[in-house]
Amino acid sequence: MNNRNVVIIGGGPCGIEAAKTLAKLGHTAFLIEKEPHLGGHLAKWDRLFPYGQKADEVLNKITSGLENVKWFVDTQVTSINRIDKSYNVILGNGMSILADAVLLTTGFSLFPAEKKEEYGYGIYDRVITNADLEHYFAEGNDHRIQYPKKIGFVHCVGSRDEKAGNRQCSKVCCATAVKQACEIKEKFPNSTVYCFYMDLRMFGRNYEDMYLEAQKKYGIIFVRGRVSEVSEKQDGTLLIKAEDTLSGKPLRVSLDLLVLMAGMVQNSDTAKFAQMLSLNIPEDGFFQSKNYFTAPGVSSKKGVFYAGACTGPKTLPEAIAEGKSVALTIDEYLL
Amino acid sequence: MIDFGYGLTPSSAIDLDKMDRTHFEILIRREPDVLKCMACGSCAASCTAGVYTTMNLRKGILLLSRGQEKSALEQFRSCMLCGKCQLVCPRGINTRNLILSILKTYSIQ
Ligand SMILES: Cc1cc2nc3c(=O)[nH]c(=O)nc-3n(C[C@H](O)[C@H](O)[C@H](O)COP(=O)(O)OP(=O)(O)OC[C@H]3O[C@@H](n4cnc5c(N)ncnc54)[C@H](O)[C@@H]3O)c2cc1C
Ligand code: SF4
Ligand code: SF4
Ligand code: SF4
Repeated sequence: MNNRNVVIIGGGPCGIEAAKTLAKLGHTAFLIEKEPHLGGHLAKWDRLFPYGQKADEVLNKITSGLENVKWFVDTQVTSINRIDKSYNVILGNGMSILADAVLLTTGFSLFPAEKKEEYGYGIYDRVITNADLEHYFAEGNDHRIQYPKKIGFVHCVGSRDEKAGNRQCSKVCCATAVKQACEIKEKFPNSTVYCFYMDLRMFGRNYEDMYLEAQKKYGIIFVRGRVSEVSEKQDGTLLIKAEDTLSGKPLRVSLDLLVLMAGMVQNSDTAKFAQMLSLNIPEDGFFQSKNYFTAPGVSSKKGVFYAGACTGPKTLPEAIAEGKSVALTIDEYLL
Repeated sequence: MIDFGYGLTPSSAIDLDKMDRTHFEILIRREPDVLKCMACGSCAASCTAGVYTTMNLRKGILLLSRGQEKSALEQFRSCMLCGKCQLVCPRGINTRNLILSILKTYSIQ
C-alpha cells in the first residue's frame, strides 16, 4: 500500500467519515474545517428524523476515531494550485500540503429566510426558522417562544421557488417540519399546530409513519397551500393568509409563532473552489458528478472529488454513506 | 327601498380563528381514524353517489375538520352507505363507520 496525501475540505459528517475511512485505508488524511469545531450542520440540530435520535449522540459517534486524521479547525483554504499530478493546497495558517487528491465536502447553506420578505423573518418577532427551533429545542430558551397557543409551519421556504432563485426541492424539510411539529406539540400540549405544505415529501423508510403519527397522535392540522403573506397585528400576533387548496377556499388564521422551513442551497464557497480548480458548476450552484450513476463524486478534473450536501440536498445517512464511498473511489484512483 | 337585486355575499373564506371544532372533537373521540385521512380522494373517485350528487367524502372530512359544517353536511344525505369507499381507502379508515359517526355526531337523519 502506498501512502498518499489527501486533503478533505469541509469537516461536516460527510468529510469526517471520508477522512476516517481514508486514514484507515492507509493514507494521510488532512481534514480542513473553517468553523471553530467539526460536525457541520449536524452540530446545530437537536433531534433527528425519522427516529428522534439525539444529534449530539450521532455527532459524538462520528467524531470518535479521528486519532489518525490530521484535522484543523478555524482554518481556511487560501489557494489550490496544480503541480504535475498533485495539488498544492495552501492554508490560512500558512501551512502548505502537497496533495495527491482533493476532496470537497463543503456541504450546503441554509436558505437565508429574510430573503422571503413576505414572511417577515427578521422583521416580525414571532417568525423563526427551522434552525432557530432546533437551537431552542437544544438550548431550551428563545425570547420569541413564550407559551405559543397557535403555531404554524411553512414548508418550502426558499425551495421550489423561482422568485427565491431556487427551483429544486430541498428534500429534508418536509420530514423536519413534521418532526418539529410533533416536538412542539409535545412541549405545548394545548397548542394547535398547522403545517402549510404544497406536497408532502415523506420519501424515506418510516417517514410516512411520522406523518401518520403527526396526524393521529399529535393532531397536527395539515393545510395544503402555500402561505402567501404574513402580517403582524398590534398585539404582536401574526395573521397568515393561504389558500386551502383542497377546499378551494381562501384561508386565514392568526398565530403566536410561525416557523419557516428554510431549504438547502449551495454553500457560497462552492463557487470559490470551482474557480480555483476550474470546475464547471451548473445553474443551481451545486457540484455535479461526472456521471450520476456510474461516477458519483468524481469531478471533471483528475484528482478532485466531491461528496455530501455540496452535490445537492442530502439526508444525514446519505451524506455519511457518500463520505465512506468516495473514500474508496479515491483509494482506487491513488492505486 | 329599491331592491337592486344585490345582497351581501357571505364570505366563503375559511377563518380558522373563528372555527368551532366542538363537534369535530366529539367525532374524533368516536372515530379517531378520521385524523388519518390524507385527502387522496380515492373514496370520492369510487363513490357511485358522487357521480349524481355532491357526495364527496374527502371534501366532507376536510370541511368538517375546518369547522365548515354547513357546507360539509348537506352531501351526506346522498350517501347510500354502500361501503365502496372503505374498500379503496389507502389509510385503512373504516369509512362506513366514520360516515355513521358523522351522521350521529352532527345529528343528521
Ligand atoms: C433544518 C434541517 C434539519 C435537518 N435534520 C436532519 C435529520 O433530522 N436527519 C437527517 O438525516 N438529516 C437532516 N438534515 C440534513 C443534514 O443536516 C445534512 O444531510 C448533513 O448536514 C450534510 O452533511 P455534509 O457534511 O455534506 O454538509 P454540512 O453538514 O453542511 O458540513 C459541511 C462542512 O464544511 C464546512 N465548510 C464549508 N465551506 C468550507 C470552506 N471553504 N473551508 C473549510 N470548511 C468549509 C462547513 O463549515 C461544515 O462544517 C437536516 C437539514 C436541515 C436543513
Ligand atoms: S422537502 Fe418538502 S418542504 Fe422541503 S422543499 Fe421539498 S417539498 Fe418543500
Ligand atoms: S359509502 Fe357513501 S361515500 Fe362511500 S362509496 Fe358508498 S355512497 Fe359513496
Ligand atoms: S380514501 Fe381514505 S384517505 Fe383517501 S380521502 Fe378518502 S377517507 Fe381520506
